Amino acid sequence: MRTPIRVAAAMAAAGLTLTPAAALAAPSPSPGAATVTKAGTSFLTATTITAGQPVRVGASTGDHLYWSFRADAGQVHEIGVTVTFPKRRTGASTWTVDVFDGLRRRQACTAGAQTPTAATAATSVALGCTLRRVRPWAEPWSGDPLPGTYYVRLSVTDLPEPDLGLPIEVDLLVGAVDEGGASGDDGELAAALVPNTRAGTVLTAEPTPEPVAEEETDLTGWLPEAGSRWVWTTVGGVLAAVAGVAGFALTRRPRRR
Amino acid sequence: MRARDIDGRSRISVAQQAFNEVVDGLPDETQLGIRVLGATYRGKDKKQGCLDTQQIVPVGPVDRTQAKAAVAGLRPTGFTPVGLALRSAAQDLGTGSTTRRIVLITDGEDTCAPPDPCEVARELAAQGTRLVVDTLGLAPDEKVRRQLLCIAGATGGTYTAAQSADELTGRIKQLVDRARDTYTAAPAVVDGTGACDGAPMLAPGVYTDREAFSEHRWYRVPVRPGQELRASVSVALDRPVNPDYGVLLRATAPDGRELVRGVDAGSGRTDVVSAGLRWSAAEEKDAAASPEPTPSGVQAARTVCLVVSNSFAPRGGTRAEPGMPVELTVDLVAASPAPDGPDLGRGWALLLLLTLAGLVTGLLAGLLTRWWVATWREN
Repeated sequence: MRTPIRVAAAMAAAGLTLTPAAALAAPSPSPGAATVTKAGTSFLTATTITAGQPVRVGASTGDHLYWSFRADAGQVHEIGVTVTFPKRRTGASTWTVDVFDGLRRRQACTAGAQTPTAATAATSVALGCTLRRVRPWAEPWSGDPLPGTYYVRLSVTDLPEPDLGLPIEVDLLVGAVDEGGASGDDGELAAALVPNTRAGTVLTAEPTPEPVAEEETDLTGWLPEAGSRWVWTTVGGVLAAVAGVAGFALTRRPRRR
Repeated sequence: MRARDIDGRSRISVAQQAFNEVVDGLPDETQLGIRVLGATYRGKDKKQGCLDTQQIVPVGPVDRTQAKAAVAGLRPTGFTPVGLALRSAAQDLGTGSTTRRIVLITDGEDTCAPPDPCEVARELAAQGTRLVVDTLGLAPDEKVRRQLLCIAGATGGTYTAAQSADELTGRIKQLVDRARDTYTAAPAVVDGTGACDGAPMLAPGVYTDREAFSEHRWYRVPVRPGQELRASVSVALDRPVNPDYGVLLRATAPDGRELVRGVDAGSGRTDVVSAGLRWSAAEEKDAAASPEPTPSGVQAARTVCLVVSNSFAPRGGTRAEPGMPVELTVDLVAASPAPDGPDLGRGWALLLLLTLAGLVTGLLAGLLTRWWVATWREN
């Protein structure tokens, strides 16, 4: 009788250790993904990449390189960057990888070397940043990570001036771990944080009032979606009732045959 | 350009070879022009030497043979009128709503100031047309590097020190590619005011403006109920500033009450400092906010004021005019109401707990029943 319980306990322990290990594993390129050889130089010109797509681009020391990727609710993203220096440099330099959301708000890194310093003799430096888990909804006043576009900016923040303009090679990879758990019960963002990049127009007059749209009621709108708290709790109630009957039945004296 | 210090070849021959390779690899749809400086006048008169810049290939789809022939005939002379060449190149590219990129390749510093090429670059960038100058120094010395860095920084461009023909070719190709990729509509130019009243009214989109040190720039956005305002701002550091800086974007009601703010600060070398905010009118249940009665069935837009301010400090000798480039994006989307989730649970742990609770209840009920039936029989 003891063996199954021990196995179950061991499995629970394995399950507990597996989850953080999976989240912290170094991102690896997805098979068959084409290597991107470009980088933008501003928020508006950022090169779009996807998670698992490797980037390899040559640049000059001092360039500010931008990439953007799309994030969905429940995902945890990890960014890994390696900067290689083919030429001799005159001094140590400090590099930084900054991440911004679609509203250009700075995003915190929960792990990773975000601003490492490369010694004078170093031939490469590795940077990393693990983002917070993307929430399905947050109040407008909060700075929580939300679904939408994310920008990665690689720059050198401190270096001896003569080193500016020297060639570098940049390797970047964004990895995504989908931890799920994004349900409509916890709110939903009506529109993802994807910036509007069209040129604006200055209005000359106040916009005319718009008639209120009548809210349409739909029968399917009342049904709870799969995976919502209503479904889980109802299933739990049914299971409890079945277990109750089963428990009751266990206490009955076995019938004489 | 005559110095033979790149792989034992003269700089001009390296530049010519690089150009030939770039022209060969150009996609057909790329519009390119070539302008040279200090290439024809062989005299000693500075006044005349400093006017020496010509457009040898007009801007348009490239005629490869013509472009190569024009580049092959170039011979370097003494003067380097960088400022004038930049100004003329900007004219060559004309005005329009798309981004223009100039690639400046030189091996020597400007010998014709005034005009100072860096001031020229800043002035061109402030003229409304979106213009980016990428600079390439051929075996540059300290003076050239400083000057090219200043030009690149003033326009949001890049600077590269090319020490070999391969580096030069690769970089020019990359810049030409980038120019093609970023050939998009440039942001609309807007002129923010010093107060919310009379500030420009903005529709969703991207705008560009200039803001001086410690200046406040106001804009207005009409937001309907049920809409969410999203705004972000980037202030570019196009000149030397003190190492610590910040930018603040606030949304206020017309009466000056703050609704929400976005803020970011930093220190060290960077290109832009950005902040953003979200705000939705639906969340606000404040009847006093809209004093004028609105006819039923009609939703009037509320005005939200946006103010951009910065905490940059100029370094000694840094010019304050024109202001630093500001990029403002405004978007209006459907508001996301707060979730009114039921007080229920979710997940496997919940199912397990409920099942165990049911089992225990059933067992207890069964045992109680048995005990009760047993006592009842005995009596």
